[in-house]
Amino acid sequence: MDKMPKWADVILIPVISVVLALLVSGLVVAIIGESPIRAMQVMVRGAFGSAYGWGYTLYYATNFIFTGLAVAVAFHARLFNIGGEGQAAIGGLGVAIILLNVAWPHWTIALVAAICFSALFGAAWAAIPAYLQAKRGSHIVITTIMFNYIASALLVYVLVNVFRVEGSMSPETARFAEATNLPTASDFAGFLGFGTSAPLNFSFFIALLACVGVWLLIWRTRLGYEIRSFGHSDTAAVYAGINPVKITMITMLISGGLAGMMAINVVMGEAERLVLDFVEGAGFVGIAVALMGRSHPVGVVLAALLFGALYQGGAELQFEMPAISREMVVVIQALVILFTGALDNMVRMPMQAVFLGLRRRREAAAPRTPAE
Amino acid sequence: MDFLTILQILDSTVRLATPLLLACLAGLYSERAGVFDIGLEGKILAAAFFSAAVAFTSGSVWLGLLAGIAASMALAALHGVASITFRGNQLISGVAINFLAAGLTVVIAQTWFLQGGRTPQLSGAARFENIVLPGAASRIRDIAQQGPLGQIYSELISGHSIIVYVALAIVPLTWWVLYRTRFGLRLRAVGENPAAVDTAGVSVVGLRFAAVLIAGVLCGIAGAYLATALNAGFVKDMSAGRGFIALAALIFAKWRPWYALSACLLFGFFDAVGNRYQNIQLGEIIVPVQFMQALPYILVVIVLAGLVGKAIPPRAGGEPYVKER
Repeated sequence: MDKMPKWADVILIPVISVVLALLVSGLVVAIIGESPIRAMQVMVRGAFGSAYGWGYTLYYATNFIFTGLAVAVAFHARLFNIGGEGQAAIGGLGVAIILLNVAWPHWTIALVAAICFSALFGAAWAAIPAYLQAKRGSHIVITTIMFNYIASALLVYVLVNVFRVEGSMSPETARFAEATNLPTASDFAGFLGFGTSAPLNFSFFIALLACVGVWLLIWRTRLGYEIRSFGHSDTAAVYAGINPVKITMITMLISGGLAGMMAINVVMGEAERLVLDFVEGAGFVGIAVALMGRSHPVGVVLAALLFGALYQGGAELQFEMPAISREMVVVIQALVILFTGALDNMVRMPMQAVFLGLRRRREAAAPRTPAE
Repeated sequence: MDFLTILQILDSTVRLATPLLLACLAGLYSERAGVFDIGLEGKILAAAFFSAAVAFTSGSVWLGLLAGIAASMALAALHGVASITFRGNQLISGVAINFLAAGLTVVIAQTWFLQGGRTPQLSGAARFENIVLPGAASRIRDIAQQGPLGQIYSELISGHSIIVYVALAIVPLTWWVLYRTRFGLRLRAVGENPAAVDTAGVSVVGLRFAAVLIAGVLCGIAGAYLATALNAGFVKDMSAGRGFIALAALIFAKWRPWYALSACLLFGFFDAVGNRYQNIQLGEIIVPVQFMQALPYILVVIVLAGLVGKAIPPRAGGEPYVKER
C-alpha cells in the first residue's frame, strides 16, 4: 500500500522542501537586517527581468543540467557521485587538448569532438573511483572527494607548467581558434533581444538533448532497467543476473561523462580557453539539483533553472543590496540540499500522516462493497 | 640543509598538523559511533569565523574559543537531527553543512565587519600567544647558538600555542576513553552493531548524539586554532580542505587514535614541505608542489584500494538505526 499518491511524492514534497529552504533563507536575510521581500524582488528581476538576465540564468542552468544529470544517473544506481567538480575540471582539460591541437574547419565538427573528449575525460576521471567501489568496496563518496582535490592539483600543474602561454603570468591556455567558437544567444536568438554580452550559447541545446538521452537511458532501455534495479536492491539485482561490477562501472562512466560535458558550456562556449577553477562549484550544485529534481530529467531541468536564477539573481543582489554578500546563494543552496536531501523525512513523515488520515476518513465515509 | 632547517620544517609540521589532528579525532568519535561525518570542513570553518569574530569584538581569545565551539556544536546538532533523529542521508547532511558554513560565514562576516567577508586582524589578547616553555630560547638568534638538544627543545617542543599541547593530550585521552571506559566500549559497539547495544538497554540515539556533539567540540577547537593561533583572523574559505584531509587521515589511520596522530603529522609534514619549497628536486626528478598538495589524497585512494593494508570502516557506519526491522 502506498502511503501517498504519486503526485505528492514527486511534486508536493520537493515543493514544500524548497519553500522551507527559501523561508529559512528569508529569515537569514531578515536577521542580517535587510528586507527579504526586496531581496527576492531584486533576485527575480535580475534573473528574469531582461534578456541579459535570461542569458546568464540559462547559461548557469546549462552547467547545472549537466552536473545535475551526472548526480541523478548515479543516484539511480544508489551511487553518490560527489566528484562532479573534479570530473568537470578534467573534462575541461579534454576540451582544451582537442581544440588546441587540431585545426578545426568549422565549429560543428569541433563541437562533436569536444563533446566526445569532455565526456571521455570526465568518464576516465570517474573510472578509478568506480573500479575501486565495484572491485574493492572502497567507499565511492570518499574516493570521489579525494579525486576532486587531485583533479584541482592536476589542473593547476597542467595550466602552470604545460599549457601556459609563453610570457603570460596567468595560468590559462591560449585562446581557441576563432573557427571553434560556438554560436552565442545573440547569434541564434538575437531576435529575442539577447545581446553579445550574454554568455548563453549553443551548449544549452546539448544539455537539453542530454536530458532526453538520460530519460531514454533510464526508463526505456535494458541498461536503464538494470541500473534502477541495482539501485533498488543490489542483492535482488545480483539474483536476477545483473552484474554489479558492470553496472557500477557503466553508471559511473556515464555520470562522469555528463559532468565532464559541462566543460563544453564554460570552456568552449564562454571562456574560449581553459582557465583555472572554471567549474566554480557547479559540480556540487549538481547534488542539490539532482536531489530537488528527484533524479528525473524534467525535475533536473526545473531545478537547474532555479539554481541558474539564484546564481544570476545573487550576482545582481550584491550590486543592489551591498550588505548581502553573494555567498547568500551558497546558503540557499545549502538549505535546499538540507531540506530536500537530509531532512527529507522531516517533511515526508507529517505528509504521510496527513494522506493516511485523509484516506481513512474517505474509506470510513464510503459504504463497504460486499467483496470486502 | 642544516639541522635547524629540518627542525623548522618539523616545527611547522606540528603547527599545521594540529587542526588536522583535532578534526581527525572529531571524525573518529563520530564515525566510531556509526555516523559518517563529511561535514568536518564546515564545522571547522564556522568555528574559525565565530572564534575570530567574538575574539575581535570582545578582545578575549577564550571567549572566541567558546563561541567557535558553540558554532561548531550547533552544526553538529543539525547533523545529528538530520541523520539520527530524521534518519536522513548522513553524507548529504554533511555536504549541506559544508555549504551552509561556507555561505553563512561570509554573509555574516560581511554584515558584521563590512570587510568583504573577513574579520579584522586580531592582535594581543584576541589571539593565542605562543607559550615559551621554561628554559627555552624564543628568538631565532639565541636558538641558533644552542646545541642540538637545546635546539630541539626550543624550536620544536617549545613555542607553540596552548591548543597544540591540548590537541596532543587529547590523543591519549581519546585512546583511554575509547578502549578503557564503559562509554567508549558502548560507543564502539554502536558503530559496529547498534541492535546489540539497543538490546542491552542502552540508547543508540543518545550515544550517537553524544559522539556527534564531541565531534562538534573538537572541530570547534580546530577552527578556533586556525583563526586565532595559526592565523590572525578569519578569511573566506580559510579551512581550505583541511576537513577533508582530516577525513583522509582518519581513513589512513584506520579509525584509531594513535595512528591518527601519525597520519596527521605525516600530512602536516607534506603541507610544511609544500609551503617551504615550491618544487623539490630528488636527483633527476623534479617533484612539483602540486604533487605534494595532492599527496594526502593520493595516499588515501591507495589505502582505500587495499594496496597497502586494508581500511575497514565501522560496520554500521552510514546506516541510520531503525529499531524494528
